[in-house]
Amino acid sequence: MSEIISTIINGLSQGGVYALIALGYTMVYGIAKMLNFAHGDIIMVGSYAAFVVVGMMSSSPFLAIFIAVVVCTALGILVERLAYRPLRGAPSLSVLITAIGVSYLLQSLAQIIFGATPVMVPMFDFKFVDIGGISIKIQSLITLAVCAVVIVLLLFVIKKTKVGRAMVAVSEDRGAAQLMGVNVNRTIAITFAIGSALAALAGIFSLFVSPVTSPTFGALPGIKAFVAAVIGGIGSIPGAAIGGIILGVVEQFALSVPFLSPYADAIVFSILIVVLLVRPTGILGKKQREKV
Amino acid sequence: MSEALLQVENIEVYYGLIKALKGISFTVNRGEVVSLIGANGAGKTTTLHTITGLLRPKVGKITYNGQDITKVPAHKIVTMGVVHVPEGRRVFKDLSVYDNLCLGAYTVQNKENIADNLAMVYDLFPRLEERKNQMSGTLSGGEQQMLAMGRALMSNPEMIVMDEPSMGLSPLLVNEVFKIIETVHSRNITVLLVEQNSKKALAVSDRAYVLETGNIIMEGKASDLANDERVKKAYLGA
Repeated sequence: MSEIISTIINGLSQGGVYALIALGYTMVYGIAKMLNFAHGDIIMVGSYAAFVVVGMMSSSPFLAIFIAVVVCTALGILVERLAYRPLRGAPSLSVLITAIGVSYLLQSLAQIIFGATPVMVPMFDFKFVDIGGISIKIQSLITLAVCAVVIVLLLFVIKKTKVGRAMVAVSEDRGAAQLMGVNVNRTIAITFAIGSALAALAGIFSLFVSPVTSPTFGALPGIKAFVAAVIGGIGSIPGAAIGGIILGVVEQFALSVPFLSPYADAIVFSILIVVLLVRPTGILGKKQREKV
Repeated sequence: MSEALLQVENIEVYYGLIKALKGISFTVNRGEVVSLIGANGAGKTTTLHTITGLLRPKVGKITYNGQDITKVPAHKIVTMGVVHVPEGRRVFKDLSVYDNLCLGAYTVQNKENIADNLAMVYDLFPRLEERKNQMSGTLSGGEQQMLAMGRALMSNPEMIVMDEPSMGLSPLLVNEVFKIIETVHSRNITVLLVEQNSKKALAVSDRAYVLETGNIIMEGKASDLANDERVKKAYLGA
């Protein structure tokens, strides 16, 4: 019983990490109408930013978190400005290919600068806590709490603030949003900034679990989070959170059962197939509206 | 009366290789209601989109209040006092009526001003106040048109550009829409109107221009055009 509970908590915390990344995918898809396949590599850049601070300069992990978030936010805005904005209005396939190109560019740059060998990024020395006889890793609780706060905060920003309304407006009808005076380019840049900051946090939380990074650090979490976004219904923010949580919990359960653990990734990805068969637009995805 | 607020000079607009506007010029004076009438594909919507910056003319110049606005992006035109009520209303269906109205005031900084405008819109369209928390997608067509108009009024406009406001509405609601246009006009807001319902459009307008395949083929006082034989035959169904 206690094992099940600790697996659930680990699953929720891993799910929170996927949710943070999935939010970036889903927001960018909803607002800029593109799949940013370089999103996972933003996580990797964040982890190397943390490596520079704690690994090379032996500075505080708190500073590392701050620097990772700042670097990723700036990188997100830069990538949008240089790679995607010139393609606004181009066919979506061109944008998709560009995103894949940006992904390889970031991985190659990391490899040139830091080498292909994985490096250690020692963050905090976490202990276990004992809650009612169940021992739980503290990092799981911290990750879970921070993810929950961030998701609630994001929903609040989108529902209740001027910037949030502008985001919804741009995602629904770019032309009409412009007619309201919304600067579409700026709104898209803000979306990339938020998504990249969340990716940086996700990278840090992944380092809590395993303090090693490499140029392909972001690839697998990136793909899994993309799957989470699709499961939840791409474009939907609560959907990304739900998809992330489902993926994280299923993955941790699969890992905790000895004869299933080698197939954990396969099990995770097969959820996508099942969900898409039952609900092709994802759990909270919108049905295509018929035009009247 | 005859102070030109909006001046369109010889604009040519292309969609790819297709020339949609073949050099049209017209003027809207402060305080007027001016209509552009014409058949489908004549270039009416294209003209409005070019004025509010959603399209750019290849040739020609648009002046508003003495300022050249030919190259001003759409989102800045609103701050200059021109607001566009687009064809098909295009309210934000996933947002509440209230949120749509707030977006209408996106460019307004002063909170009191926004509150005043909101009160004015609710006063003009009590229906919107009743439904302020409802998702706009669940409103009827007539209510959505009211919302589109109300949303436009939130931005302190000097001039409203309306594209087919009566499209798809029942005859009763069509009359309602034209009443709203008169109300808007009575608040000293200049109106540039595009309508398929030429008869009603001419009835509320001071002047009108007739567009045909990218050219202006006639212009004059609305009352004169309404009695013109050619206009009657081609557009008024008489």
